Amino acid sequence: MREGLYPVLIECLQVMTVLIGAPLFAGWIKALKCWSQGRSSAGLLQPFRDLSRLFIKETVLAENASWIFTATPYIVFGSAVVAGAIIPVLSVDLPLSAMADIIALVAIFAIARFFLALAGMDTGTAFGGMGSSREMMIGSLTEPAVLMSVFTVSLVSSSTSLSHMAHVLTSHTIELRPSLAFALMSFVMIALAETGRIPVDNPSTHLELTMIHEAMVLEYSGRHLALIEWANMMKLFLFAALGIACFFPWGIAGANEIWMLPAAVLLLVLKLALIGVFIVFIETMFAKMRIFRVPEFLGMSFLLATLGMISFFILES
Amino acid sequence: MQSPLDLTIASVLLFLSIALLAPILSFRQKYLVTISFVASALASLLAAAAGFLCVANGSTGSMTLPIGLPDLPFYISLDPLSGFFILLVALLGFIVSIYSIEYVQAFTARRSVTPLVVFYCLFMAGMLLVLISADAYFFMVSWELMAVSSFFLVCFEDDHPSNRRAAYIYLLMAHIGAIFILISFGLMAGFAKGFEDFSGFSFQAIRSSQFPHGWASIAFLLAFFGFAAKAGIFPLHAWLPEAHPAAPSNVSALMSGAMLKTAVYGMLRVSFDLLEITDWWWGGVVLVFGLLSAIMGVIYALMQNDLKRLLAYSSVENVGIIFVCIGLAMIFTSFQMGLLASLALIAGLYHSLNHAMFKGLLFMGAGAIIHSTHQRNMEHMGGLIHKLKWTAPLFLVGCLSIAGLPPFNGFVSEWLTFQSFLLSPALPSGLLNLLIPLGAALLALTAALAARCFVKVYGVSFLGQWRSNQQVQVHEVAWPMRLGMLLAASACLGLGVFPTYVLGWMDIIPEGLIGTKISLSAAESGWLWLTPVAADRASYSAPLVFFGLFAIILSVYVIFRSRTTPVRRAPAWDCGFGYVTSRMQYSSTSFSMPTRRLYGFLFNIKESVKSGVNPYFPMFNNRFLYHLKIRDRVWHILYKPFSDAAFWLARRASRLQHGKIQLYLLYSFITLIALLVFS
Amino acid sequence: MSTSFAAEINSVLAALILLTSFGLLVQRRIYGLLHIFAWQGLLLSISTAIVGYTAGLHHLYISALLTLTIKVIVLPYILYLLIHRLRIHKEVEDMINIPTTMLIGIILVILSYHLMSPIRELSTLVTRSTLAVALATVMLGLLMMITRKKAVTQIIGFLAMENGLFFAATSATYGMPLVIELGVALDILIAAFIFGIFFFQIRTTFETLDLKAMEKLKEEE
Repeated sequence: MREGLYPVLIECLQVMTVLIGAPLFAGWIKALKCWSQGRSSAGLLQPFRDLSRLFIKETVLAENASWIFTATPYIVFGSAVVAGAIIPVLSVDLPLSAMADIIALVAIFAIARFFLALAGMDTGTAFGGMGSSREMMIGSLTEPAVLMSVFTVSLVSSSTSLSHMAHVLTSHTIELRPSLAFALMSFVMIALAETGRIPVDNPSTHLELTMIHEAMVLEYSGRHLALIEWANMMKLFLFAALGIACFFPWGIAGANEIWMLPAAVLLLVLKLALIGVFIVFIETMFAKMRIFRVPEFLGMSFLLATLGMISFFILES
Repeated sequence: MQSPLDLTIASVLLFLSIALLAPILSFRQKYLVTISFVASALASLLAAAAGFLCVANGSTGSMTLPIGLPDLPFYISLDPLSGFFILLVALLGFIVSIYSIEYVQAFTARRSVTPLVVFYCLFMAGMLLVLISADAYFFMVSWELMAVSSFFLVCFEDDHPSNRRAAYIYLLMAHIGAIFILISFGLMAGFAKGFEDFSGFSFQAIRSSQFPHGWASIAFLLAFFGFAAKAGIFPLHAWLPEAHPAAPSNVSALMSGAMLKTAVYGMLRVSFDLLEITDWWWGGVVLVFGLLSAIMGVIYALMQNDLKRLLAYSSVENVGIIFVCIGLAMIFTSFQMGLLASLALIAGLYHSLNHAMFKGLLFMGAGAIIHSTHQRNMEHMGGLIHKLKWTAPLFLVGCLSIAGLPPFNGFVSEWLTFQSFLLSPALPSGLLNLLIPLGAALLALTAALAARCFVKVYGVSFLGQWRSNQQVQVHEVAWPMRLGMLLAASACLGLGVFPTYVLGWMDIIPEGLIGTKISLSAAESGWLWLTPVAADRASYSAPLVFFGLFAIILSVYVIFRSRTTPVRRAPAWDCGFGYVTSRMQYSSTSFSMPTRRLYGFLFNIKESVKSGVNPYFPMFNNRFLYHLKIRDRVWHILYKPFSDAAFWLARRASRLQHGKIQLYLLYSFITLIALLVFS
Repeated sequence: MSTSFAAEINSVLAALILLTSFGLLVQRRIYGLLHIFAWQGLLLSISTAIVGYTAGLHHLYISALLTLTIKVIVLPYILYLLIHRLRIHKEVEDMINIPTTMLIGIILVILSYHLMSPIRELSTLVTRSTLAVALATVMLGLLMMITRKKAVTQIIGFLAMENGLFFAATSATYGMPLVIELGVALDILIAAFIFGIFFFQIRTTFETLDLKAMEKLKEEE
């Protein structure tokens, strides 16, 4: 860990990037989706306008909502920011990246999910409990797949620390590794499930019985809802950044490479744009699955990750 | 400064004397409860100090008591492994004793609590004696003391027939386990000094002798079976969900938190200390059964509606996780990989300590809920967060810890377990390299299901609205119960935020058992960072995560709260569907419906829905009758055949009893002739 | 292309073949099964061609071409015709559910890896790592035959097993002699024809191709 001002600057720059880049990324995806359906979009900056509008609005709480309901938006937002401080987005030289490795990162996202599920049950409505139950079911099925994926990637770089993984991949020559390819496919499926995109959950649905994530936050309003929406956008951004750091880290500035930073920002924008195209492609091609087909979907991702691990031992060592 | 061994013996003697003197005060129940539980808190504190000092200094001590068999006096010895478990048992005992000062008062209205007090102290004394005994005979005597006193504690409220049945099953399983442990010790002692000499039963003699290969495996398997029956490993777990709910909640906390760990201690003592681990399949057996218990325990827990039964099944799950870590440590030891074995062993020991703290907290919280609402079924609770203003946040800490979320203690032991799994590719065996990661994936599934289970527990009991038709006056519990829960919660937080200190303190144990310390690498980057193997391999900084989360949440709160728009309260929106009653909420059964769909094939589930029709408008249903019956398959497949066989044998044997006196005299006559002829 | 690069490409192809075997196990639609089977044949022929190039054995090119024609074009077309003419129900029915089948498949792959590891130590060929994948493909084909209810899926399982054996031959000994290859290819074609004829016959007798109906063939006790 280097002494001096540079690491602190990098850390602040990264958190700012995550905070501001997340709504931009969400806006880009929505705009792409509109264009692909032949509609005109509301612009890339629409999420910012949505958030500022929500912050100004009045906050209304249900009569029997308790302190857990009011505390959850802050906890969810806080954990998203902490996660944002850990994943190397711009530079590998991130002092707080050693604070938590990838297993701890998954657990930090789990804190947010735990409290959201509790908040869903807090108001005593029927839809909140339904959302919590479904969300926890999906969360419990993604965990084995995430672990297998992480394990496969850590076999290649013999570490579970994120900045070390990114560093190892950039410094080696490009090799064709089927294990990483399988782990990538599995990770994509997990990311779709965790961030609540099609084919697991439709983020723009209006039918309550089809909601998973939305059903838990049905009773939120005003600044609470703004914080939760922002945290949701950050989660999508961070999963994309996590995929980039684990599988396509070329372009992230190495240790002590200040001059690489502008190039790193440019490459990040390019990669995220491509990921946005990919997400919209999936949303347009596939429909949302029935809820009890989701275990098969996640089982498939677990299978892919296990195949990746097996390929490592059989074919690469 | 007394030596830790003296402190422990003093504590045991204090417990025994409270047990002896308690009946004197039985005419004044209120004073009896207060004085005896304060005294037992003091005794626990003595033992806890002894355990702490023992591990911190790495001290050992031994003593020989003048009582016992002619060739075999009672040997006592203390070493860091015992010291760790003594700290665990005594710390939990201290917290529960403070809790009991108020909890047991509630029982005095209906019956005399003298038996509860007496057997409580005998139970604590028994557990401490098990941990310091150094020969097989004394071990079995203390084991018996522990089992019998807990039997009386379980059937304390013996006016319910279900409690009596639960206690009977508990005693039966405890004795079956004890017989297997006894046979195992007998085998080991026999090979140590020959079958004629009693002095082979001392642990020192067993430790220093060599065993023929096959017999060591048989002794290990017998001991594993016996200790697994006591620890509640699947499929010998059936007594746990019967016994723990039947006992009063403070006793359940002790049984779950402390007594199951004595079985873990026995397992560690037999495999690492007395026998030498030579085969990797020993660790494999422990690992597989641990995994089975973990996954089956948590799935059973998800199906339960009774709060205490759910917590009991969750104990089965956690003991499974501890056995998984121990199995992994045994596998690494058999391949002579000292550093990895120490890591796995420390993960298992850390999890034992964590489990004692958070399970104790959860059982104490359950006791507080049952005390205030007189309900045990979660389907009838709800909205308690508004009434139990202290119990609710403390119970939440317990739920967060058991779900394995940072910054609490459950996460640290889970992280260490995963790190030791991820290091398994270093093993030379290719087959194990592929199978062990599958085990890690199953463990991840277990952890996630445990989080789901405790969202259900907290959400259904504390949040939402009151689900039952009866109106109950609910008020917060008195200060001793709150203090006990607060102490346990602070222990959970402390163990989670300062893992490097705990590891540094604990590290002497694997050094004694395996020969390698890990704290040299674990704390090499300073007290802030936990780096088990190397800093660039994996690191976790618990204080920073805790501080970071806290600071960010606080700053966000301050920034956004600074607007003075007040928050308005209104009826819940619920998408504008109109009148919302408390019966429309998600209940415990409905929350676990996806689990029944996905994992239902493991159980015997019978679900039926009957609807009654409105006679005037036949197309509308006006009544629904939903019937759900879930049964554990293990009863049918495993226990029933054995008990049927036992009864069949007994009926055959009972043919010897005719009731005719002449036949009995004939039996004695034949025996006499046989002895005279064959002497 | 260098030997190590060829070995890498071979590994990737082997991994993809393993993926297609699992894909055959989990696929729910019959036309999807045909497509995956065709892909498996394509990957197999590319792999054979690459091995032929690296080892300098030109008869492997002919093998690759043969595989391409028969397994990617002719056989799927025959099966498509069968399914169309017999008006078979378009969904695959299974006896044990898909997640359990996947788990059993994973265990079989690990088992085949364990069985092949001594051979792997001794072999000196470029393709030694892929022998385990080949055995796994055979086992997964057999698993597919066991756990599916319809007769058509049994054929595809049998053909997948044959694919695995072919891949094993390429990995272990750089392919079989050309005469044997031609003989095996002819056998497969004839087997497909005979299967087709039998299916029409079974359909006429039983009105269905479901295997459950054929259990009536056993004697009543």
